[in-house]
Amino acid sequence: MSAQTNPASAPNYASTSTTARNGNQPAPMTATRANFATAIGLIIEREIAVRLKSKAFMISTIFSIVLFGALVAVSGALPSLLSSTDQVAVTSAGAKAVDGIDGIDAIPVDTVDEAKKLVKSGDVAAAVVEDDQSPVGLTVIAERSAPDSLTGALSQVPTVELLDPDAPDPVLTNFLGLGLGIVFFMSAVTFGSTIAASVVEEKQSRIVEILLASTSARALMFGKVLACSILAFAQIALTAVSVLVGAAISGNDVVLGKVMGPIAWFVPLFLVGFVMIAALYAAAASMVSRTEDLGSTSSPIMMLIFLPYMAVIIFSSNESVMAVLSYIPFSAAVAVPMRVFLGTIEWWEPLVSLLILAVTTVLALLIATRIFERSILQSGPKVTWKQALSRPRG
Amino acid sequence: MITLERISRSFGDKQVLHDLSFSIGDGRMTGFVGSNGSGKTTTMRILLGVLASDSGRITVDGQIISPAHRSAIGYMPEERGLYPKMPIIDQLVYLARFHGLSRSTARQRGLELLEQLDLNGKPSDTLESVSLGNQQKVQIAAALIHSPQALVLDEPFSGLDPAAVERTLDVLQDFARTGAPVLFSSHQLELVERLVDDIVIINQGRLVANGTAAELRRQRSSPEWTLQTDADMGWVREIPDITVVELDGSWVRFAAPDSDTAEALLRRALAESSVTAFAPHTVPLNRLFQEVTQA
Repeated sequence: MSAQTNPASAPNYASTSTTARNGNQPAPMTATRANFATAIGLIIEREIAVRLKSKAFMISTIFSIVLFGALVAVSGALPSLLSSTDQVAVTSAGAKAVDGIDGIDAIPVDTVDEAKKLVKSGDVAAAVVEDDQSPVGLTVIAERSAPDSLTGALSQVPTVELLDPDAPDPVLTNFLGLGLGIVFFMSAVTFGSTIAASVVEEKQSRIVEILLASTSARALMFGKVLACSILAFAQIALTAVSVLVGAAISGNDVVLGKVMGPIAWFVPLFLVGFVMIAALYAAAASMVSRTEDLGSTSSPIMMLIFLPYMAVIIFSSNESVMAVLSYIPFSAAVAVPMRVFLGTIEWWEPLVSLLILAVTTVLALLIATRIFERSILQSGPKVTWKQALSRPRG
Repeated sequence: MITLERISRSFGDKQVLHDLSFSIGDGRMTGFVGSNGSGKTTTMRILLGVLASDSGRITVDGQIISPAHRSAIGYMPEERGLYPKMPIIDQLVYLARFHGLSRSTARQRGLELLEQLDLNGKPSDTLESVSLGNQQKVQIAAALIHSPQALVLDEPFSGLDPAAVERTLDVLQDFARTGAPVLFSSHQLELVERLVDDIVIINQGRLVANGTAAELRRQRSSPEWTLQTDADMGWVREIPDITVVELDGSWVRFAAPDSDTAEALLRRALAESSVTAFAPHTVPLNRLFQEVTQA
């Protein structure tokens, strides 16, 4: 055969080109095939490499990491940035009274008239001068209104007894709920859409058929789900690091002290919950043939993420609703850390919550695999959820 | 030798394959012919293990087909697809690694294939950046990347310009010459007729004809001959057992139950006039196809 003697004219396409048409028996037909784990590894590797090469992905990742770190850094520094000092003219008696009050910059003057002149000219915000007729022996002179910090500090204040000085600040509670909620919701939706787009791309370009000839549908789905979960987790971990660095820089001890516990629960709940959501997104994407149809099959999942997320934010101060939400798989990742923060959760409750979530995730993976196997080769009109679950095996 | 035995498959209530059996011989180009929706793609997907059959079995050299066997098949699906935005060589390497090739071996083999197939573009270009003809070459390379020992190609010639058809043909024939079984489906019957060794025709999921082109013609109820003389041949209509298919003055095409009857007719023609040509008429494959699928 010329294939052996002159490879240039008759290319050697098959590696086993040792026999001619009517020649010897060909080599036994067999080839290695990557096993399940190797195949998943290959898929994970490609998915991650594609994302890391995507400019849009990298930009949005870096943006969110920097944004959250900067937010925390700014919020830590905010009180000192917002507080301003007022210049106040004081006579000798006034100087004694304002001594030690924060935010007051005392400018000594000799007479009441001189103080009034400075107030009138706008050089100082107010003046504190002696006044025999006043019950406290002082008068605050200002042009239109006296600074609250000044009058407040000079007023007599009754003693305040705080029963629980460490109770959570309700503003901070809402802020934490919103923050965790946004992180969870954004990651779930962006990475959910990423996995959906990647499934539809393979389905639309029909490369899925070549892949299924070399590996199983299950390996394909698991590989995609794991790759997305790894990326989402890396993004969350980097965001957490960025938040901690931001807190450390600005000395935001609220974040450093009280929020660590909630975050410690958020991470495992997020991880497991994300696998569940990614699997459902993969299944939803396997049911359509075109990106345009994706919305209709993925919107139920979006609702499953969005409604509990809204509930957590709305009912953040309602203990019994929050207790229920912390056991619902789709809201646990946000509700449990909130209750940990509020101190309204027993030590075993997050564990039960995590267990429920883990069981749900396994179920979701089983159902998603079933749908994926049955729908991934279906071209044409989209498959409905009902059809996907009842359809015979692909 | 790959053998399909009594393969059946239904989608819901609709049975698309009915006890389909045929073989793909080693070193033989087997053409797989059938109208749209006749079950060709489903058959190929079952052969590759992409779909499961409801019943029946597939054997390779007498053994039930295994994942290792299937991994040795190069497959080109009907609707072509690779990753549009991924560099050409990267996707070849990716696909090869599912067949256990190392990254470096796969890369080397991919580059060789692209050169042999005369890719007009850099291996590091993304697929979408090269012309459709070059994308087709990449698709062939994808089917060959893991050095398969059999090929299954769904409509490998559809959408190709004549030069690309010839190039693809060369590849397939070179491949079959190595002793590997090759199955491909096609609508282009003249092409199938020209290059295949065996033909499998299915209709509505049932096998209607299988064999070499010559065998298929022989299986027809009445073979045909043509006869050219220098006299009017109208008298042929009067001969018992002979059916005139076409008559044009001194030229006639007729069907006869066997060659003895045809030769008897030839002897009579020789006695009455001078015969310039007598030959068995080769029925074109597309007429055979129409006959077997409409029966």
